[in-house]
Amino acid sequence: MSAFDFILGLVFVILSLALLMAFVRLVRGPTLPDRVVALELLASLTVGFIAAHVVWYGRAPLLDVAMVLALTAFLAAVGFARYLERGEGRDD
Amino acid sequence: MIEIVSALLMLLGAGFMFVAALGVLRMPDLLTRMHATTKAGVLGAGLMLLGVALYFWDIGVTARAVAIVVFTMLTAPVAAHAIGRAAYIMGVPLWRHTVKDALQGQYDSATHTLAAAETVAGDEQETRESTHDGAGKAGR
Repeated sequence: MSAFDFILGLVFVILSLALLMAFVRLVRGPTLPDRVVALELLASLTVGFIAAHVVWYGRAPLLDVAMVLALTAFLAAVGFARYLERGEGRDD
Repeated sequence: MIEIVSALLMLLGAGFMFVAALGVLRMPDLLTRMHATTKAGVLGAGLMLLGVALYFWDIGVTARAVAIVVFTMLTAPVAAHAIGRAAYIMGVPLWRHTVKDALQGQYDSATHTLAAAETVAGDEQETRESTHDGAGKAGR
């Protein structure tokens, strides 16, 4: 096992632990914005996972998935924020 | 050699993302949690994608990785601002040891407006005087 393999394996382990902690916050809440923040972090962690996967298996096209995921996570966060404010068509 | 550098960059990025997740789990209220996730999360993802760009060093892959990093850095502050604003307007409780809430008493939930910041300046001065009170007495 080369040093490269060892370090990338460590990256996967660390990211898995981070996913687990973000998931605990997603379940525990306590308020809806907390869950939205946890979801955003989950999306960001998944982008990191895809990056590690791309290097580990050498499948560069998967990076497109990471790009779309980052885009949809941003849209989801903004949509949730609008929903939470319960704005009624304010023009700000 | 370039493989090891790339792997180390990814390890550093994963470490930052771990810190972000630790922050979101352990911090006491919403704004401190966002403080952890927004900054450490974006930096972690950026470092990991930098590792990808360095590992392949191919115009297509590197351009995509850089595009993701730039996009994340542009959108993360906007999303965090929107969520933080929505949470404040919702009335999500702050941590009990919060030192300063600059909008305290200025947001009117009925009209959805912010009042001007006239009284706050006076409050701040009073606080400053009271903090320096002990030192002033000691001087006298």
